[in-house]
Amino acid sequence: MSVSTPRDLPSQRRPSLGRWFLDLGWRHIVGIVAVLFSGFPLVYVLSASLNPAGTLTGSNALFTKFSLVNYVTLFSTPEQPYARWYVNTLVVATATSLGTVFLGALAAYSFSRMRFKGRRLGLMSLLLVQMFPQMLAMVAIFLLLTVLGDIIPVLGIGSAVALIMVYLGGALGVNTYLMYGFFNTIPPSLDEAARVDGAGHARIFFTIVLRLVAPILAVVALLSFIGSVNEFIIASIVLGGDPKANTLAVGLYAFVSQLFNSNWPVFTAGAVLAALPVMILFLFLQKYIVGGLTAGAVK
Amino acid sequence: MSTPTKQEQAASRYSSGVAVQLVKILILAVVNAAAVFVGMALAADGQWVPLALLAIGTVLIDVIYAFPNRFLPGKYLAPGVAFLLLFQVFVVIYSGYIAFTNYGDGHNGSKADAVLAIQANNQERVENSPEYPASIAEKDGALWLVVVDKDKVLAGSAKEPLAEVKGAELNSLGAVKTLPGFRVLTLAEMLPRSNEITTLKVPFSDDPADGFLQTPEGTKAYVYKPAIVYDKAADTFTDKKTGKVFRDTGTGAYLADDGTRIEPGWMIGVGFKNFEKAFGEPTIRGPLLKVTAWTFGFAFLSVLTTFALGLFLAIVFNEPRMGGRRIYRTLMILPYAFPAFLSGLVWAGMFNPEFGYINQVLLGGADVDWVNDQWLARLSVLIVNLWLGFPYMFLVSTGALQSIPDELMEAARVDGASPWRTFLNIKLPLLMVPLAPLLISSFAFNFNNFTLIYLLTKGGPRFTEASIDAGATDLLISLVYKVAFGAGTGRDYGLASAFAILIFVVIGGISYLGFRQTKTLEDLA
Repeated sequence: MSVSTPRDLPSQRRPSLGRWFLDLGWRHIVGIVAVLFSGFPLVYVLSASLNPAGTLTGSNALFTKFSLVNYVTLFSTPEQPYARWYVNTLVVATATSLGTVFLGALAAYSFSRMRFKGRRLGLMSLLLVQMFPQMLAMVAIFLLLTVLGDIIPVLGIGSAVALIMVYLGGALGVNTYLMYGFFNTIPPSLDEAARVDGAGHARIFFTIVLRLVAPILAVVALLSFIGSVNEFIIASIVLGGDPKANTLAVGLYAFVSQLFNSNWPVFTAGAVLAALPVMILFLFLQKYIVGGLTAGAVK
Repeated sequence: MSTPTKQEQAASRYSSGVAVQLVKILILAVVNAAAVFVGMALAADGQWVPLALLAIGTVLIDVIYAFPNRFLPGKYLAPGVAFLLLFQVFVVIYSGYIAFTNYGDGHNGSKADAVLAIQANNQERVENSPEYPASIAEKDGALWLVVVDKDKVLAGSAKEPLAEVKGAELNSLGAVKTLPGFRVLTLAEMLPRSNEITTLKVPFSDDPADGFLQTPEGTKAYVYKPAIVYDKAADTFTDKKTGKVFRDTGTGAYLADDGTRIEPGWMIGVGFKNFEKAFGEPTIRGPLLKVTAWTFGFAFLSVLTTFALGLFLAIVFNEPRMGGRRIYRTLMILPYAFPAFLSGLVWAGMFNPEFGYINQVLLGGADVDWVNDQWLARLSVLIVNLWLGFPYMFLVSTGALQSIPDELMEAARVDGASPWRTFLNIKLPLLMVPLAPLLISSFAFNFNNFTLIYLLTKGGPRFTEASIDAGATDLLISLVYKVAFGAGTGRDYGLASAFAILIFVVIGGISYLGFRQTKTLEDLA
């Protein structure tokens, strides 16, 4: 550590201002600069969303005017059905998150509690698969869904169900390993006891194990939820064509990029509303997410 | 749980057993029904390989779930693995296949489809052919053309060839006024759909060579026949006017001797052509090499800058006597909580050279061209990624710092090591043990950080010498996206997949190194 610890300080005297600055003060300056850097774009977005100026240029005067006109416009323009995007995003992200937790937990349970041929190979393959993001195969996903859609329209391009299915394809790769580690920390004697009591494997899994691993389920659910809200590339390929089917990421991008300057204020209003729930969720569950991060999740 | 009596136990087990069995049977039935449905469609289409795979998969699922208490691991793995195999493993293999085809705009389907499409696309009105009084009707959401041919009434749609219908009532012009089962459109209804109506081609039969009925204005229909005639035996097309002959020369399209081709072509395997194109054509090779270099540079600099700032802040704040650490911490990780797709767009607005906050306010009206200057655009991408990424590095570094025992630092100080030496020779190596794998996955993540790049710069500014839509801030992954789905230069799925294969190879190499480094595989019990 580059600064002295309390033991080195003369114990009789109150430290002088200069001493305090060398010891702690400069840290506050660094902290303030870091907070300015991290917080400033967010303050700017909030200010722009409340500014009735109507253009990107006008948004530069921070907090000079206050009006909710951008928010009203956001919800009253049929060509960009923001409310629909919001609902679509919630539906896709919730379904993906629940499905991911369920599929991941099933797989992690079998890897953690059962011994079978190919178990090690299975774990290794998952580890390997997770290195290759799904979006690399975007062309093939697009073509596969085009063919599937000819047979079953609900699984074709433009369908939220198809998008959820594609996301679930990535469920095992990313999360099983995270869950597997946590499942291993639950003593097997607990399920042994239940087995002796006559509970079947499914009963043990659903009523005992799932409750004990609830924290990791919450982490995976949350990471998966935030991941799907943020996902742009596959969503734009699968849903891009129809404005009503879009998620927030695809819809807001299309909206702001068609007329950058004049759509900017309304976009920022949409951005604020889209970001708020995610950020609140994140800050409340910070503790759990940070635990999950160190276990290998990356944003 | 309280201890239930034996009877209670047996009863609850029995009841839940029945319910579980019923649900299981129901789900299996739905899965099988869906498989049969899809299978029939595949069989009708002649897709035998997918059909076989589907059959094997369905039988496997039935076997795994049909017997209680057998294949237990299978029961738990099958649902996730099914999705994994279809939407992650299969699509990757399929990408590999596409990389060796000419799939893309103008080469979208089979040869048979192309032959039909060529004939349907190249219609011309047959001179002196009869004209038919026509009406437009609607049935099952599709438009139908209803014509009167002397004393018969014929109806057909784009998909259904013309066939006789009964029970029509005619109007004063001799066209159909009402028809049972159809809703005949009025002129007022036809007007807004005139585009659909004038492009409606109703075939006489399943063979497009027999010609079509088309109606340029909606009240009269005329006979149209292919202007380019297909000779099935010789597998050639002949232009009736010029007499030019187009042949299948193995390039996936019909070509005339002078090199002109008819659209559309069809999909064929092209071997290593896409790779040859990627590395052979200077207008692709140059940009591709630059994009690859930048992809590595971006991923490396991203990890370096975010880690340096994150670690620095972690060290600064790792001082228990400092007040307000929690507040700093919460405010500093806000960028990490902010949805990533919005970050790119918000910063794109702030970096806008003409109107953006950075030029107009922070730099006092300066004229810094963040968009069109290659290096400035790259710098802007790195700044935004620093903003996005340092909170993560700060969080993980803090965690790692706190796990280093204080005694170790104490010992170094007692031995007279300078703070900088302590940091470099003791703290950093210790930190790298838990952090190295995270840095490697951060590298892999940024290697494919599509969302940031595409939403911030769209990969621009575009290289002027490039024949594909490649730019100075493009990563390989955004290049794949633009080549496959970009609006500008037409879709080329084959070339895009060839690029994707390159990414696979690179990531494979990185993860191999990563695995070897971290010994994760050995930890697998």
